[in-house]
Amino acid sequence: MQSDQTGVLPPHPEKATLEGRNKILGLWFFIASDVVLFASLMGTHLALRGSTQGAPGPQELFHLEYVALMTFILLTSSMTSLLGIKAMQRYQFKQMQTWFWLTVLLGLSFLGLEIYEFYQFVIYHGLGFETNAFASSFYTLLGFHGAHVTFGILWVVTLLIRSRSQGITTYTAPKFYLFSLYWHFVDVVWVFVFTLVYLMGKVG
Amino acid sequence: MTAKRYTVDDSIKESQSQKRENRQFYVTFILMLVLTALSFVAVASEKIPSGFTIPFILLIAFILLVLQVVIFMHLNDKNTEFPTLFFFSGFFIAIITIATLMLLIWW
Repeated sequence: MQSDQTGVLPPHPEKATLEGRNKILGLWFFIASDVVLFASLMGTHLALRGSTQGAPGPQELFHLEYVALMTFILLTSSMTSLLGIKAMQRYQFKQMQTWFWLTVLLGLSFLGLEIYEFYQFVIYHGLGFETNAFASSFYTLLGFHGAHVTFGILWVVTLLIRSRSQGITTYTAPKFYLFSLYWHFVDVVWVFVFTLVYLMGKVG
Repeated sequence: MTAKRYTVDDSIKESQSQKRENRQFYVTFILMLVLTALSFVAVASEKIPSGFTIPFILLIAFILLVLQVVIFMHLNDKNTEFPTLFFFSGFFIAIITIATLMLLIWW
């Protein structure tokens, strides 16, 4: 913490204002509703994943090493966004920016791998969106998760650019804090995607 | 909230608890990496029967959920009753939704 013995900078800038606290509560409200969206897509996929109509199913399609790599990248990006918040609470703006840019980089590599995986499925296995019920529900679920990752990246890049000259204030801090909560949530969803879709698909 | 001034003493206390907290984050992160790896190994290994693998990976997923939500999303902080309520009601509805959809389509 820098020389803030004057009592100007509160230790938790994200919760120092009523606006900040309300925003955090609002994001939790959003997360609760987003959980239900993903639950619907997940339930649909779990029920329909056997309907492959002779096309390659989960056991032939999924490569575990590949999914493991994606999982570790997203898990690490969750950690870097947390370290960004920790730097923010110590008012180390440069460090915070570095951690969040690292998060962006990891998020982009995750997205790249996901797009490449879809490309493989479509080109080499001929598994289009309309091939069978398994493919439709799989692409919808994974596509929604990928859209969340994309949105998160756009969100934090916007914040980083906007706050460049403002630094860490009680106005900018809640914004970054909200992003990190959202990003952890996206990672939580991925935990269930890799467990229920990939691993359980592989086990059969 | 505005009336409270932060003294040097508060600042020292704060930085000590920061250190403890930071260690907790790193330990959690390593634990999450290990659990995730275990989950993949359990599925990749041919020797482990699937009757064991499925409950095992589901249990790991649940532990990862709790670690991520409670430690990384700071639900162990003070004054987080509403977020906790939101999250766990969301989780509860999620389980009902998944169970319902699976039953509806299978039967």
